[in-house]
Amino acid sequence: MRTSARWGAVAAAVLLTATTAACGGGQGPGNPQGRGPITIWLSNNEQEVAWGEEQVKAWNAAHPDQRVTAQQIPAGKSSEEVIGAAIAAGTTPCLIYNTSPAAVPQFVKQGGLVPLDTMPGGEDYITQRTGQAAEQYRSPDGHFYQLPWKSNPVMVIYNKTLFAKAGLDPEDPQLSTYDDVLAASEKIVSSGAAPSAIWPSPASQFFQSWFDMYPLYAAASGGQQLVVDGEAQVDSQAALDAAGFWRQMYAKDLSPKEAYTGDAFADGKAAMAMVGPWAVSVYGKDVDWGVVPVPTPNGEPADQVHTFSDAKNVSLPVACQDQATAWDFLQFTTSADADRALLTETGQMPMRADVARTYADWFASPDGAPYAPFAQQAARTVEVPNVKNSVEIWQDVRNAWTGSVIFGKEPVDSALRDANGEVQHLLEVP
Amino acid sequence: MSALTPARPGSASSSSASGRGSTTTSASDGRPPRRGLTGLQRAFGRHPIGVLLALPYAVFLAAVFAYPVVLAAWMSVHDWFFSAPGVEVDHPFVGFENYRQVLTDPQVHQAFLNIAVFLVINVPLTVALALVLAVALNRAARGRTFFRVAFYVPYVTASVALVGVWLFLLGGDGVVNSLLGPLAPDPSWLVNSSLAMPSIAGFVAWKQLGFFVLLYLAALQNVSKDLYEAASMDGAGRVRQFFTVTVPGVRTTTALVVILATITGANLFTEPYLLTGGGGPDGASTSPVLLMYQLGIEQGNPDTASALGIVLVVLVGLLVLLNRRLLRSES
Repeated sequence: MRTSARWGAVAAAVLLTATTAACGGGQGPGNPQGRGPITIWLSNNEQEVAWGEEQVKAWNAAHPDQRVTAQQIPAGKSSEEVIGAAIAAGTTPCLIYNTSPAAVPQFVKQGGLVPLDTMPGGEDYITQRTGQAAEQYRSPDGHFYQLPWKSNPVMVIYNKTLFAKAGLDPEDPQLSTYDDVLAASEKIVSSGAAPSAIWPSPASQFFQSWFDMYPLYAAASGGQQLVVDGEAQVDSQAALDAAGFWRQMYAKDLSPKEAYTGDAFADGKAAMAMVGPWAVSVYGKDVDWGVVPVPTPNGEPADQVHTFSDAKNVSLPVACQDQATAWDFLQFTTSADADRALLTETGQMPMRADVARTYADWFASPDGAPYAPFAQQAARTVEVPNVKNSVEIWQDVRNAWTGSVIFGKEPVDSALRDANGEVQHLLEVP
Repeated sequence: MSALTPARPGSASSSSASGRGSTTTSASDGRPPRRGLTGLQRAFGRHPIGVLLALPYAVFLAAVFAYPVVLAAWMSVHDWFFSAPGVEVDHPFVGFENYRQVLTDPQVHQAFLNIAVFLVINVPLTVALALVLAVALNRAARGRTFFRVAFYVPYVTASVALVGVWLFLLGGDGVVNSLLGPLAPDPSWLVNSSLAMPSIAGFVAWKQLGFFVLLYLAALQNVSKDLYEAASMDGAGRVRQFFTVTVPGVRTTTALVVILATITGANLFTEPYLLTGGGGPDGASTSPVLLMYQLGIEQGNPDTASALGIVLVVLVGLLVLLNRRLLRSES
């Protein structure tokens, strides 16, 4: 190719690249006073979709000029990466009913979320609906970028049939202390009632710690988050206690180090599981189950034990053009009536100040009774800390956990101490 | 003459190269530019229509390859994260800070070590199995189509579905361990730090085998039967024929297979993500691309993820060049 032709080709390539680059980007920030038709995203959970469609139908009947269209969140490896990509592309809907609190700091950093406390009556609405627990969802800049919507407080569910087979009392299983659980686990495995006592996922994804380490840390610490006043607590006594308990479970082969390809609890491969109220509808018909709070080192009374909330919240992206309609619809779908519908149709706990008392009639009914322990537990939940680099922090914790607690490659205390240093660095990095 | 057949592609290539060389020489040998060329022809050569015809692919390349690579290189030297449209965000130049972070991160070292283990196992395994199977299929009189399809099916099947099957195969209570009995490894394959990456390398080799078998089958059609007859007359058995006729005859395809297997292997993601639960056990199967996903997408640090990506591109480029040089020097 001659030199001039080469330059021509290079020029064309640069032009094409620049043109391609110019094609990116979506619409900019929307109008806080805007009203009109909006789109919302729901999770892929069948029951939540049914609830959402009912809410949309009721809203649309009363607001024909501000119609709402509900869609399931687009498929992706996780909803967080879908939302993050949509924020960057400016293609978010007006409300996202599946926002993970751990991802909120990242979305805020992207400039992607509207501070809901700046909407009319926003601050009062959130704090009055959720009560003191709402403070866990306030960002470091003082704003609420998420409305605390629903929680799935993590508890220990156990299979009464397998417990009886192991010689344990299924009606009084004695699972309040670490020693209790270890003793029961050894009986379960040694008796052959089940090949494992409890089978949490040993995988390395950052969120897996929320279902083994964090509930026990929350309980052992008396309800503290992993970061307290800007100080990482990864190597605190509560974290070390929780890690020590799980280390014994893995070292004694009471919990397998390998991922199970199905549902170990449903398949009878494990006699216990760490679950939220969603488990009631999943296991209700097939397994004779009971539920207790997560264990603590010394066996706190059940009504004092904290756990991880496993909450999903609602966020309002800045790209929403009709934000006033979105805010009104958000309040409509988090009213006492809408929350009752959410509770009765999905079994998940609306993040209200006192959900057990507010819907006491339902929890007393045959349908609601299995959910009552989760409602009691919902009053004492701990959220992931609302800090920058949240996901990176949880990945560091998980890496230390898999190496030391699950696979025993290094001492637990030194692994958690190193992880604590890394987390502290991430908290302090400008 | 037919004995020279394997050399023909090389000869043709040399001839073609010399042809291109002579054109280049005539344009730069000091003679004045030819008269009668329009401005368009001066910019795009004697046949501007060729540029026009190549334009759609050029657009594709620019959009899908050139732009992301250029943007990634730019991101890797800035403090950069994805922001919402219309949001003013400062992206200061940070020089090689992102590269420093990447190159001093023990997880990155581990990931590159893992992928080196993967390539050392996967690439030779792929080449050997694909060639042997292709030769067998080429000679098979019965069931040839069935076996070709059978080998190709894993290649066109979604990894997610296949991973499910392999989890059952390689699990602690899986088929493989049941067959091995007391010889089964403990811990089992996918949770064993020493065996996780070799297991993945075996899985990927099996999954991609069909594609590479097809490449070799096509190459085998160009190896003259006369060569085998001549070798046979000289007393060479099947094995001897394989090494003296088949292997040299498909050398250019082997180079292609090595390069493709190296590139796809270095971009390993799905298998450690799904088969070993996110690069487990304890990071023993984490790949650089899995780390890029964690850094860039999950953790919101696309700048450091880009730096890692550029390092990976450079290393894979060097590896491919090395492969080419080695294979060329052998031939």
